[in-house]
Amino acid sequence: MFIAVSLAILITMGLALARALTGPTTYDRIAAVNMFGTKTVLLIAVLAFLSGRTDLLDIALVYALINFIGVVAALKLVTQKNFHSSGEKERKVE
Amino acid sequence: MLIMAGKFIQLHGINRLAFYLLNWMHGILEMKSYSFAALLLLFWVFLSGHLGPLLLGLGLVSVALTVFLSQRMNVIDHESYPLHLSSQLPAFIVYMFKEIIKANIDVIKRVLQWQGSTISPQLVELPALQKSDLGRVVYANAITLTPGTVSIELSQDTILIHALTEEAAEELATGSMAKEVSSRVFDE
Amino acid sequence: MIIDILSWVCLFAGGMLGIVGGIGIHRFPDFYSRLHAAGITDTLCAMLILFGLGLQAGFTLAAFKLALIFVFLFFTSPTASHALANAALHSGLKPKLVMNGRGVGS
Repeated sequence: MFIAVSLAILITMGLALARALTGPTTYDRIAAVNMFGTKTVLLIAVLAFLSGRTDLLDIALVYALINFIGVVAALKLVTQKNFHSSGEKERKVE
Repeated sequence: MLIMAGKFIQLHGINRLAFYLLNWMHGILEMKSYSFAALLLLFWVFLSGHLGPLLLGLGLVSVALTVFLSQRMNVIDHESYPLHLSSQLPAFIVYMFKEIIKANIDVIKRVLQWQGSTISPQLVELPALQKSDLGRVVYANAITLTPGTVSIELSQDTILIHALTEEAAEELATGSMAKEVSSRVFDE
Repeated sequence: MIIDILSWVCLFAGGMLGIVGGIGIHRFPDFYSRLHAAGITDTLCAMLILFGLGLQAGFTLAAFKLALIFVFLFFTSPTASHALANAALHSGLKPKLVMNGRGVGS
């Protein structure tokens, strides 16, 4: 049964990956990658129970945080073209 | 260590050293950092699940380091302990779960209707009457958390919202969720 | 026994909702409406799967960690959605809107 659930999650990840590859705009791609990351967290959690090693849940926990930071960093890179400016300046220019 | 302290006294005088030490002690002795450290330690124990001396010692060291760094960064502020929130917070969480499930069912229906799409995307501007920044953030997060509505832009007293359907936009416009936030989270 | 069945139902429904969300991000016409479909998988799907796993775990440290994952997901996913939508709007991406009547043309 855990195998069925992980298969369903894998199908969802495949669909998200297809959207990330075909997505017309950059934001579609980032949203798809965000969804892919959330599914990865769930997949790791299910795999932890499938293999009976609940230590894997720590990895899922860390992945949930890293996924968020990664998405925000990618957004910052896309909207500002760099990592070092603060973003306040750009808002004023617009 | 002692040689360094001696050099420091030679350079800046004993008063200066006492001043720095006092400043440091003052930071250490602040009540908030104690409760923060206790919370972090509890967190460590629950996450590791081991009570051996080695792992507890490592935990103590990392908690001390974290408290020291967050004090230097000044991130332990008045908002880190949301004790001023209402006692009706659990009721609000139950309300949020109900709303999330209702909105989910609606969006799922619209995804699965094959012939002819029934979505009607809307941009709506809603008033955000919450007094504090935290209130507005809680409201915007509650809107985004229910599928079918996403808050796009948060300004001083309005929130710009993208809604998947007219019905979702109309339901938000009645302001029932805003009322829940202000009455159940902030006792306003 | 009843708890087992309940947890399987939750896990199964969660997996199905994930697939529905995956179909949704391919069916909806523009970026902003796709965010709503991604919202399904971020909220109810994650909720059901984590709850089902928690029922399997019982009152253990694993259940505590699952609850922690749940809390983190529920704080970060609306923030990420809002940041995405805000950045898209500021970059000039216009949403397809329907002001009166039903149905989107494309």
